[in-house]
Amino acid sequence: MTWTSLNAWVAAPEIFLLCATCAILLLDLFISDAKRHLTYVMTLATLAITFALVLMGHEPQARLAFNGLYLVDPIADFAKLAMIVGVALVLIYGRSYAMARGLFRGELFTLTLFSLLGMMVMASSVNFLALYVGLELMSLSVYALVALNRESFASTEAAMKYFVLGALASGMLLYGVSMLYGSTGSLDIFAVSHAIQTGQANNLLAVFAIVFIVTGLGFKFGAVPFHMWVPDVYQGAPTPITQLIASAPKAAVFVFSLRILAQALEGFAPDWRGMLMVLAVLSMGLGNITAISQTNIKRMLGYSTISHMGFVLLGLLVASPAGYSASFFYVVSYILMSAAAFGVVMLLSRQGFEADQIEDLKGLNQRSPWFAAMMLFTMFSMAGIPIFLGFFAKLAILKVVVDMGLVPLAVIAVVFSLIGAFYYLRIVKVMYFDDAVDQSPLIAGNDAKLVLSINCLLLLVLGFMPDGLMNLLSDAVSQSFTSLPY
Amino acid sequence: MTGNLLSLAIWLPIVAGLIVLATGSDKNAPAARWLALMGALVSFLVTIPLYTGFDTFHGGMQFTEMKPWVESLNINYHLGVDGLSMLFVILNSFTTLLVVLAGWQVIQKRVAQYMAAFLIMSGLINGAFAAMDAILFYAFFEAMLIPMYLIIGVWGGARRVYASVKFFLYTLLGSLLTLVAFVYLYYQSGGSFEIAAFQRLPLTMGAQTMLLIAFFFAFAVKVPMWPVHTWLPDAHVEAPTGGSMVLAAITLKLGAYGFLRFVLPILPDASREYAWLMVTLSLIAVVYIGMVALVQTDMKKLIAYSSISHMGFVTLGFFMFGGASGNQLNSWAVEGALVQMISHGFISAAMFFCVGVMYDRVHSRKIADYGGVANKMPIFASFMMLFAMANSGLPATSGFVGEFMVILGAVQVNFWYAVAGATTLIFGAAYTLWMYKRVLFGEVANQNVAELKDVNKREFLILAVLAIAVLGMGLYPAPFTEVMHQSVNDLIWQASQTKLN
Repeated sequence: MTWTSLNAWVAAPEIFLLCATCAILLLDLFISDAKRHLTYVMTLATLAITFALVLMGHEPQARLAFNGLYLVDPIADFAKLAMIVGVALVLIYGRSYAMARGLFRGELFTLTLFSLLGMMVMASSVNFLALYVGLELMSLSVYALVALNRESFASTEAAMKYFVLGALASGMLLYGVSMLYGSTGSLDIFAVSHAIQTGQANNLLAVFAIVFIVTGLGFKFGAVPFHMWVPDVYQGAPTPITQLIASAPKAAVFVFSLRILAQALEGFAPDWRGMLMVLAVLSMGLGNITAISQTNIKRMLGYSTISHMGFVLLGLLVASPAGYSASFFYVVSYILMSAAAFGVVMLLSRQGFEADQIEDLKGLNQRSPWFAAMMLFTMFSMAGIPIFLGFFAKLAILKVVVDMGLVPLAVIAVVFSLIGAFYYLRIVKVMYFDDAVDQSPLIAGNDAKLVLSINCLLLLVLGFMPDGLMNLLSDAVSQSFTSLPY
Repeated sequence: MTGNLLSLAIWLPIVAGLIVLATGSDKNAPAARWLALMGALVSFLVTIPLYTGFDTFHGGMQFTEMKPWVESLNINYHLGVDGLSMLFVILNSFTTLLVVLAGWQVIQKRVAQYMAAFLIMSGLINGAFAAMDAILFYAFFEAMLIPMYLIIGVWGGARRVYASVKFFLYTLLGSLLTLVAFVYLYYQSGGSFEIAAFQRLPLTMGAQTMLLIAFFFAFAVKVPMWPVHTWLPDAHVEAPTGGSMVLAAITLKLGAYGFLRFVLPILPDASREYAWLMVTLSLIAVVYIGMVALVQTDMKKLIAYSSISHMGFVTLGFFMFGGASGNQLNSWAVEGALVQMISHGFISAAMFFCVGVMYDRVHSRKIADYGGVANKMPIFASFMMLFAMANSGLPATSGFVGEFMVILGAVQVNFWYAVAGATTLIFGAAYTLWMYKRVLFGEVANQNVAELKDVNKREFLILAVLAIAVLGMGLYPAPFTEVMHQSVNDLIWQASQTKLN
């Protein structure tokens, strides 16, 4: 092994993140609770520097590192940027929430950063084992984060459920990967792809492998019928952690699926397309229909995530760079939307009051017209009403689906969006039509209020000019697919 | 200046709405009202040059503006109006002005939000009428639901939540299918969302039929046509007076406009093939809904059903295929339908306002709670008499012109269509005048009516302006018909073509 083939510089953001996280971990042991803000600020600074490093290292050309274990391409870069933003939003929105509940501790920062590291590794690995390591690093950190509030029964239950089902899914995935190894004789994504395309793979075994792999991916996406954990974990976890689960990992799982399905198994696209189709339709259907009957807003957003992931799968199953770009755009939009939604939920909560019931939003327009409008933007964006960002995300997906000739699938998607609109409308109804029960002012910090406002306004601004983001992501996808290092 | 007149018509009210919104709480309500009035007035004034500068000999798009919007999806910010849409932009801005005035005293809570919602909606509606790009149209068409949803839900009556959600979901159902249709046409046309490109596109009969179904859901719900009309009575009854005025005067017209802009030119073959269906549904609306209106006990509901019945006349006029080869739209009928749309904009706004005037005083919409109002409110009663007559289609009012033209056209196509359609003149007169009699005439029915005061200056102004519009259009409709003439001829030509080969 030489330094050139090691090429560790391209992984500079991850290396920096790891070192900084360890430093924060150590430092946190020696400071008192009163000075906890020091590590909090360091955490945010770490995120900012990691963000800058990813941005500086960005090139249109894909580059390999660590002897072909690691690939930094534009897709990975943009996914990482989205994840870092998603994680930063979690920490900013969640600060006062965590402080009010005694969760504002070093574990929160370090585990969040470790999960981010796991996600970044997931986004850049091109070897099944490295992919798996990234997945586990992310998952284990998040399992622990869900149980961060030790006194809460709901959190503990959620963490157990998440862990057991997550481990099962990881096992499925690993089993699939081992079969794929048996079929193609390699764990390297490009070698697997090559073996499949040159007909050296054992097809029967590979198709079996795909079934297990798609099952594992379906779990990580939270797609029906592997969605059982989503509502319970969303409801049980402390709200900042719910926001974390709902946002950044979706980008990681998306790139992870892209690596496995689009880059390693593209030769079997007709096989996995059918499976994704089933998952997508079921997710949109069950997610949207079940969300209607929820009274807990976190649980409702959990079902809403399921339905949004159905849309992401729709783009993936098109199995073309245009489809991947549409899905990528959807994922990035979704991260912004879900962060905003959970941000508002945390804004309303205070000591001893979770604000996690839909009724807790009653009369928000009387209490704070500004944040009622912000939540209105978020809900209409999620429902896919123009002129918000969510509309263009849905339009981009519909466009590629119709282009593929799958008009019935597009019709199913819009019909379920219609059903989905109902529960988003209900949130707006509660905020605007009902009278406030709780007249207390919103007590979140100004930093959270400012960032949340920017976040929500971005949904409108990007709705007015979606072009920049759309081009950025589709260029990233096409560059990544044309500049493969093999 | 004339280069971006349409952009002004769209964005001026929206910006004005945002400024009004910034006045904040009800402490500043007077400021919000005056700002809203100024905004609405200026927004109305900028639409006037659309009429004065309109070239009546040119059937195509005028005042066009074109900028790329979302280049990766090839969506353009492409605006323009022709004879089919220009008048509606003006009508909309005019109605918004009246609505701001109508809500002046009645609305006491969240005034800024109320005024802002109407101003923003006015801009969005102008956008929908002026859009020449399908996605731009869709964006305005959908975004409009948000302010209307809030208007019904926040300032509405007892069952406002039910009505507002029903309104939103019904409309959304139709428009989402339209979105799929647009995306489909985008691929057929080789990557363009231009409405003009869709109109040129050859399409098979199967494709046209599917597209017709998708478009039908969007526009028929909006019109609304029987049997997808049930949201309208609920929405109207629960909406505040201003909301009902805008709904009836403008947003219903958007549905009808959709048939003109999308269905007839893009799907001429399917339109001819299924004209019988459209005519049947329209006639059911005219006759059956007319009878339904007769038995209503709630004034607002009665006028809502009357709106459906009158809009049935509009869709009837659009699908009068006749001529030697049977594929020629009847120009009398189409122009009559357009005139009817504008006239109904004035009359329905006026009728809803009249009910609003009484409701503000008595707080009841039930016909049975009234009687003898004319004794106490003579000025009001004379105005309402005029509007009731116009609603029944009395000659010399605007209501007569459109209905007469449509019937004239229908006679040329099929005598029995004309007979069935003409029953509207009987039913319309029956339900409107009977209601008028029960509410306005007779002895003073109860204490509430005895205490009524006649209209104040503000209400008088609104009623007078509407009365002038109704009478003016009835006596001299030429200024309205001449601008649409050339565009209607173009449309008739487009609808007579075949796209099958």
